[in-house]
Amino acid sequence: MKRAIVSLILVLALALVGCAGGAKNDTIKVGWFGALTGDQAVWGENEFNTVKMLFEEYNTAGGIEVGGKKYKLEVIGYDNKGDAQEAVNVVKRLTGQDKVVAILGPNASGNAIPIAPVLEQAKVPGIATVATNPKVTVLDGKVKPYNFRVCFIDPYQGAVAAGYAFDKLGAKKAAILYDVSDDYSQGLREFFKTNFIAKGGEIVADESFNGGDVDFRPQLSKIKAANPDIIFMPYFFKEVALSANQARELGLTQVMMGGDGWPSDQLISMGGAAVEGSYFVNHLDYADPAVQDYKARYKAKFGKETELNGYLVHDAVLVLVAALQKAGKANGEAIAKALEGIEVQGITGTIKISPETHNPEGKDAAIIKIVGGQYVFQEKYAAQ
Amino acid sequence: MDWFYIQGILMLAGINLIAVLGLSLLTGFTGLFSFGHAGFMAIGAYIGALMTVSPTTTPAGLGLPFFVGVIAGGLGAGIVSYFIGRITLNLKGDYFCIATLGFGEAIRLILNNVQIFGGSRGWPGVPYKSTLPAIILVDVVAVLFLANLVRSRHGRNMVAVREEELAAQITGINVFKYKMIALVISAVYAGVAGVFFAHYMTFLQPKMFSLTKSTELTIIVIFGGLGSISGSVLGALILTALPEVLRAFEIWRLVFYGAAVILIMISRPKGLMGGMELSPGGIRKARAERKARLEAQREMKQAQEGEIRNA
Repeated sequence: MKRAIVSLILVLALALVGCAGGAKNDTIKVGWFGALTGDQAVWGENEFNTVKMLFEEYNTAGGIEVGGKKYKLEVIGYDNKGDAQEAVNVVKRLTGQDKVVAILGPNASGNAIPIAPVLEQAKVPGIATVATNPKVTVLDGKVKPYNFRVCFIDPYQGAVAAGYAFDKLGAKKAAILYDVSDDYSQGLREFFKTNFIAKGGEIVADESFNGGDVDFRPQLSKIKAANPDIIFMPYFFKEVALSANQARELGLTQVMMGGDGWPSDQLISMGGAAVEGSYFVNHLDYADPAVQDYKARYKAKFGKETELNGYLVHDAVLVLVAALQKAGKANGEAIAKALEGIEVQGITGTIKISPETHNPEGKDAAIIKIVGGQYVFQEKYAAQ
Repeated sequence: MDWFYIQGILMLAGINLIAVLGLSLLTGFTGLFSFGHAGFMAIGAYIGALMTVSPTTTPAGLGLPFFVGVIAGGLGAGIVSYFIGRITLNLKGDYFCIATLGFGEAIRLILNNVQIFGGSRGWPGVPYKSTLPAIILVDVVAVLFLANLVRSRHGRNMVAVREEELAAQITGINVFKYKMIALVISAVYAGVAGVFFAHYMTFLQPKMFSLTKSTELTIIVIFGGLGSISGSVLGALILTALPEVLRAFEIWRLVFYGAAVILIMISRPKGLMGGMELSPGGIRKARAERKARLEAQREMKQAQEGEIRNA
């Protein structure tokens, strides 16, 4: 019994550790959360590092001016393992205990949707990075007052992929392989399918697998039998590399196409020759002069290449800083109001947050082709 | 600490507690281990959401009041568990455990593949209805019902099944029937917990009800102590709060979480409250047992000393 009491006291003592530290009034606290552990950790770490780097740069330059006074920026970041329940806990901690004025992230739609009521209760805006599900900001035709994002949405991405495949690549018959246990994959597949059929194309095979699978041969054999012009593979780079290798082994020579889950250094090293000549839809062009500066700064500071999420969280920071300056005060409600209709020149394009949908308006997608192990930009493509 | 944050953790702990209490009856009092209770939570959550989600949302619900959702979710999980029990309860020991594991995973995979509830893209637009008072009310009712049940004839029969199935059968206890009662009640509890969870998160995704969730519930029951209701209460509170408390350790948080659980299990091998209760009767009983144990030790010592003297 005594030892149980000791353990309990220890636990309570730990609880108090989190309470230390007071607020300084010349600092604006901003929250960030995402996955720093688990299979999404690559992207989470990349986002958190980028935010820390940018805030440091602002602070060395003397801080930002809000309402005629200079403020320093401070980021408080937490890990949520990519878990929805922890996302809710973390947002309650950030808004309740840490008293942040805005939250950057998360990257996953499944985490961005459940935090909406918490943000509303706390009156703190959240800017999601690559959460592409339309329901992150709009539900039942009503815009959620405190949810914003800086990326395009799945219906748009699906339309771009379908349009490019049909109009530019001349594909008439498409096969789809997707991850049935993943929300992002299911969403993209749905919107590709509807748009491709609307264009007059035909879906000759629609095969699924379960997240964590490593053998795709049964599905790929069916796809081979259906003889499509193009294979659409809307899932993440690890499975893309595995399934692409197996597809080539089975003698499938068709062009493969994917979404923004593809770009990663890992894809080239794991996929190699199998992904050569494939296309994917991306948020930006890696060779664009606008992104080179950030890319170089990130590499210099952290010694590795930035991932896709870094570019988007970079622009989320720009949008937030502009909103702070427009609002003239560090207050969640005022920032949320200022975010509506704000226009910022980001590195992924001009970001103009629509007051009706809280999505960036008219952001073109970039089509990238893999040539010689490099991501080669083809064109900016807007879906019709 | 801020109340808004603490309130959130308390609500989650309260929701977990509902499911844990049910599992406590099944595992702690009847001796059946389950690794599929997240499946029953999922059934409750989705049925509850089906009742309360507004008909204008996609996927659409029926737009009924919250309490209808709670009742329907609990009943739905209970009915499913009855059929599951019919086929699996004749399995012995580990085999039953594996059957429940398969059941839990099957529910998740079905929800991923069936598109009417949104599939893996999830189901947003569940109304925010789980309030702290409502959760506490359900917790209190759940504890009272369980406490009375385990002290009744039926409860004692379940304990008899746990202790020695064959002997229980010989004395005339219908082992299958009592296992079934325990399973159905635990599933109803899990279903109700699922409904509250859905209306706390306002969003449902099959991956919320993974094997990890089932294991988490079972760990709480074992951590709290098998055969102890107050242990389950303490376990749910501590283990739900612990990952949040450990945030100070940043990315080492989950390592410390594991270490803390192992440390406590080593220092309390029967769980926090194994077989004991934090009630006036329970404390009296524990004291009496302690006294008896000390007495026995003293007598043993005296006897040994006596032997030494005699020799």
